[in-house]
Amino acid sequence: MSILINKDSRVVTQGITGKTGMFHTHHSIEYANGKNCYVAGVTPKKGGQEVEGVPVYDSVAEARDATNCNVSVIYVPPPFAAAAIDEAVDAGMEVVICITEGIPVKDMILTRDRMKGSSTVLVGPNCPGVITPEEIKIGIMPGYIHRKGRIGVVSRSGTLTYEVVDQLTKLGLGQSTCVGIGGDPVNGLKHLDVMKMFNDDPDTDGVVMCGEIGGTDEEECAEWIADNMNKPVVGFIAGVTAPPGKRMGHAGAIIAGGKGTADEKIAALEAAGVSVTRNPSDMGKLMVEALQK
Amino acid sequence: MKIHEYQGKEILREYGVAVPEGKACFSVAEAVAAAEAIGGNKWVVKAQIHAGGRGKGGGVKLADSIDEVRSLADEILGMTLVTHQTGAEGKEVKRLLVEEGAPIKDELYVGLVVDRTTQRVTVMASSEGGTEIETVAEETPELIHKVSVDPKTGLTDAEAQGLASKIGIPSELVAEGGKLIQALYQAFWDKDASLAEINPLIVTDDGRVVALDAKINFDESAMYRHPELEELRDLDEEDADEIEASKFGLNYISLDGTIGCLVNGAGLAMATMDIIKLYGASPANFLDVGGGATTEQVTEAFKIMLKNSNLKAILVNIFGGIMRCDVIAEGLVNAAREVDLSVPLVVRLEGTNVEQGRQILADSGISVISATTMADAAEKVAAAAAGA
Repeated sequence: MSILINKDSRVVTQGITGKTGMFHTHHSIEYANGKNCYVAGVTPKKGGQEVEGVPVYDSVAEARDATNCNVSVIYVPPPFAAAAIDEAVDAGMEVVICITEGIPVKDMILTRDRMKGSSTVLVGPNCPGVITPEEIKIGIMPGYIHRKGRIGVVSRSGTLTYEVVDQLTKLGLGQSTCVGIGGDPVNGLKHLDVMKMFNDDPDTDGVVMCGEIGGTDEEECAEWIADNMNKPVVGFIAGVTAPPGKRMGHAGAIIAGGKGTADEKIAALEAAGVSVTRNPSDMGKLMVEALQK
Repeated sequence: MKIHEYQGKEILREYGVAVPEGKACFSVAEAVAAAEAIGGNKWVVKAQIHAGGRGKGGGVKLADSIDEVRSLADEILGMTLVTHQTGAEGKEVKRLLVEEGAPIKDELYVGLVVDRTTQRVTVMASSEGGTEIETVAEETPELIHKVSVDPKTGLTDAEAQGLASKIGIPSELVAEGGKLIQALYQAFWDKDASLAEINPLIVTDDGRVVALDAKINFDESAMYRHPELEELRDLDEEDADEIEASKFGLNYISLDGTIGCLVNGAGLAMATMDIIKLYGASPANFLDVGGGATTEQVTEAFKIMLKNSNLKAILVNIFGGIMRCDVIAEGLVNAAREVDLSVPLVVRLEGTNVEQGRQILADSGISVISATTMADAAEKVAAAAAGA
């Protein structure tokens, strides 16, 4: 088992005719069961052609009617990306994974408001995507560093996720699913949502959580872990050395009004029984130790 | 993106928010002319820098005569203003705002932020204006009133007037105060702001509600649809190296340590800074080269880092994903040849085609200290910097 996506997911790529969409669809199709999973592409007014052997439609609704796709991945440029999410939600996609970086926050406020009452799950935007190793890869992560296994990974950052996955794999710990929730302030799944999914997944034995400065998502997740989590969780929070008031790359990674510091987050997680390391080289090792306890 | 107070007030004025009459000035003569044109017998001379805390730092002064306006303008223009937000080196004042002096009866606070938890704009208002809102939040949180705004309706009359009333705007002025708060919300929403603060919002002796200060930040991701805001950018207020870096698609932030870092990805870049600190050294910068770093970008990144006279060593930490390590390694070699690499260089490559990448570095003849893990890299760069 896994969370969010598996070998039976039917994926539509929104923005498939763009350079980025085409490139990553190509690599995702090559990964594990990708050839069967990627069933459609969408670019408005470009329906009728084929890209990477996948039929292209004008809209997600058309793609759904023709292919029964249930998961969308979005590589649409920022000015149109929120509307692309809206379209996928309206077409009833179960999971929408938005890779696009740089969507205006106002657009995401409106999109998240529209999503109220919808059963669609949004991952991202500004995220590397989701992978269930040796089954399906949806996103821009390097597939080969992953191994099938029983550790869940949830992270706000891309390359830092690859770092932890690489450590896990080299230590012989495969992953059930790895979820990049993205670095934007207004987004879909939060640490807490993904943590609940991993807790409920019978094939996940432990979770590595990578947080970073900004907001209070990690604190909210910590509070829930303390009362509910029945699996070991290890964590790392990036940005102990980040100065306040400076945006550290991600739109959401900023210490503002004295809130969102790494130290506060580490304290909250430790209080919830999470083993937190201050050394990003030790994330994998810490998971090994947590499983032995 | 940040703008000056006077620019913020111009935007608010367009939306119908009452602000004092005033003018931006770049010289003492302009300041005197502005005061004369405004008239009256009380003026405020305010330093225009992006950092907050200007009043405490001596950058905001009251004048009772035109002569006083002249001497204060002379004093403040060109001064190096140090506030809790400028850092110890301070900021040179190049612009002033000269305004009519307002007869303050009561100082209040209104602020707007994007709340990540509710995923809406939150309007915060308090009777405790004129002090830092963080202090109010800590000491008397019950005095901060909040409304989470439904993006479909905007801030309603009832919500705005409710806030106005709760923060002590007298009942005969509640309608006016409510309108002001609504106008503020509309400006925030229309202009893709990320933060707006009116501190203080005042009630005057003669029964008006006026925004005495205006701090507005905008969402960088939305600037493409606001060319009118892009024009307000004051490059004097931004770090020259950060501007230079942004031209090459590099995300760079100057820090005060000695280890330059070049990393792909924001989270990994922060983690790299953290591990440098853990091994006893200190990062000179945050630098995210993004997912697909080119030779040109890496070269520019080196140039920018090498400008820093505190620099003692450079750590390159790349986790190659879609971007292959051999491509990155070639970029590094070319960049290192193009610039005069005067400090030790530690490189840690991991990920796609890492063996070829390491081979390219080894064969290049450039002096590279190779590292395997992040911990290994941090240890080596700290040692190299200590020995330099």
